[in-house]
Amino acid sequence: MASEKNTTAKKSSWFKNVSDTNLLLTITIVVFFVMYLAAMLFLGSGFLKPQAFFNILNAQAALIITACGMSLVMITGGIDISVGGVVALVSMCCAVYLDFGGGNPYTAILVALAIGLAFGLVQGFLVAYLDIQPFIVSLAGMFFARGMTTIVHTNPFNVENEAFNKLKMTRVIIPGMGSVNKIGKYVDAYVEIGVVVAVLIVVILFCVLRWTKLGRAFYAVGGNQQSALMLGINVKRTKFIAHLICSLLAGIGGYVYFLHVGSGSPSHASGMEMNAIASSIIGGTMLTGGVGNIIGTFFGVLSLSTIQNIVSSAGLDQAWWTGITVAAMLCIFLVVQSVIMARKKKA
Amino acid sequence: MQNNKKSAGAFFSGLVKQQIFIPLAALLILALFNLIMDPSFFKITLGYNSVGDPVLNGYLVTILDYGSELAILAIGMTLVTAASGGQDISVGATIAIAGSVILRMLCGGQTTTDHYCVPLIVAFLVAVVASMAFGAFNGVLVAYFRIQPMIATLILFTAGRSIAAWINNNELPIVNVNSFGYFGGYIPGVPIPTPFFIAVLCVVVIALVMKFTNLKLYTQAVGINESSSRLNGLNPEFIKLISFVILGICVAVVGLIKVSRLSTINYSVIAKDIEMDAILAVALGGNALGGGKFNIWASILGAYVIQFLTTTLYKFEVQSDALPAYKAVVVIVLVVLSAPVVREKLAGLGKKMKSKEVA
Repeated sequence: MASEKNTTAKKSSWFKNVSDTNLLLTITIVVFFVMYLAAMLFLGSGFLKPQAFFNILNAQAALIITACGMSLVMITGGIDISVGGVVALVSMCCAVYLDFGGGNPYTAILVALAIGLAFGLVQGFLVAYLDIQPFIVSLAGMFFARGMTTIVHTNPFNVENEAFNKLKMTRVIIPGMGSVNKIGKYVDAYVEIGVVVAVLIVVILFCVLRWTKLGRAFYAVGGNQQSALMLGINVKRTKFIAHLICSLLAGIGGYVYFLHVGSGSPSHASGMEMNAIASSIIGGTMLTGGVGNIIGTFFGVLSLSTIQNIVSSAGLDQAWWTGITVAAMLCIFLVVQSVIMARKKKA
Repeated sequence: MQNNKKSAGAFFSGLVKQQIFIPLAALLILALFNLIMDPSFFKITLGYNSVGDPVLNGYLVTILDYGSELAILAIGMTLVTAASGGQDISVGATIAIAGSVILRMLCGGQTTTDHYCVPLIVAFLVAVVASMAFGAFNGVLVAYFRIQPMIATLILFTAGRSIAAWINNNELPIVNVNSFGYFGGYIPGVPIPTPFFIAVLCVVVIALVMKFTNLKLYTQAVGINESSSRLNGLNPEFIKLISFVILGICVAVVGLIKVSRLSTINYSVIAKDIEMDAILAVALGGNALGGGKFNIWASILGAYVIQFLTTTLYKFEVQSDALPAYKAVVVIVLVVLSAPVVREKLAGLGKKMKSKEVA
């Protein structure tokens, strides 16, 4: 707890010098740790085992991937609400392909990538080169993906494919984090493959955003298009690439999601776009563009799912509470962002 | 001869420039399509419903019936679009809230009732106030906290249906009173569906408001340039807020129609995807989705055209869950055609052709 206080104290002295990105990132990380510690202290049992934390990762791997793409688009000043639909479409197409086509799970990855690529190309072109509002484009994309999911197959079904189930059950064991279960047997802590993919993507994107020319171009375009243009950045191409990567990540996220649930259904990943946007915002990505951090997004997803877990273990298990908490949290963070930025401008 | 041709061309290009041209053209294309595929689409018959009252049947009546809900929403959505340069995507969820409030008031907390626990008008007014409050919530986030409208309304989009379920403790109250069904069905003796009359009433009210107040002028001023409207002594924040509150009223009216149709409510299904249709109506009406000038009549016509499209798709037995895919294609075509870049290209192409002809 002491370290938290330290950071908070530091923050106030930083306040004027620190960059927007770092300020919002600090807030996010502090909020996450405070929340998780509070959950450990007050709700105990469920949150004490390391596996509880890994389970959050297992369940949210797909969300982490899609939220990373979302942050990227939001940094360039756009938005993409089609990701949930793309995830649903990908898992449905993969499920149908594996079940009826009898294909192997590795070619299914290509299906997922192809769908992501197609959405990325069309949406990126419309947003970047035809200058249409990203929200309208991706709203249409979302409805198209949801509609297509139903057209591909109407009813939810489970995939019975040996090779796929083997891949699905593959677990990466984390040494030294296991715990003793109720009957006194030592159980290793594990994560699914999806988590490895998600962490890889987070690391790669973080490096790209921080140290490459393209990564800096994303921030420049989001911060001020006019100045970015004068710096010699190809604004249209940068935006196009951002949307392309976002949809591609949605495709990958779709496959990871599919790997986690192992079924196809039109109602899969409903509201995922919302969760991805919420995680990005909680992670300190500004809607106005130019500010954001992939590490923040990662912690944003963790904060979001931690609060959902807290809500459900506090006995408020009815379905509506989750929706309301997520919305309330999003609302608070939006307002806080808006207020902080307004103050900073004045200072 | 050539002169005649020219004037006809000028007349045509003048018509094309009119904003109402887009929905009219779309309507014409749809009507022609239906006429060729199956003329029985336009058949209207006089029948009797289960209670024995005369009612009109036919696809056109369905369009008039369900298109009216959309037309009412389109009024509010046009104002929000014009003032804030964004759209409200929480209308479906807020309709669920308004409907839930009406049922809660009428049933007085019980699951079923065969008489009104409070007068209908009171229940309706409470719903109006509730959805105005939610509209104001959106409006405050947009106007005072400067959050993009679609993101700000995303909050209610997620939470709205949960709140609606929570209002009634997740129960589905049923109102077994005949007169409650009038708003979404037929008034005995009148063969035209009631929602149409409600829509006409709303249109008359908004027409009067626009005639006697500066609502239209101020909204357009704020939408075109916020800072210059401030320099001209307007209060842009307040006008944005007002537009969201007006949308709230429209939403409450649609909520009444929606619950009246079923006499009950289904939180996850009621008014599903209606936000898409409402935005589509505004876009089809040729209004700039980035704010500024607007034409409410074009939006209202756009709403009926959208319903025309939906009914046509239904007639060709497209599944209701697959509908969004087709509509999404329509949206994309529309926005691409109305994008300034594309328009310039098209205009350039037209000029080239003309210059070639002259040469």
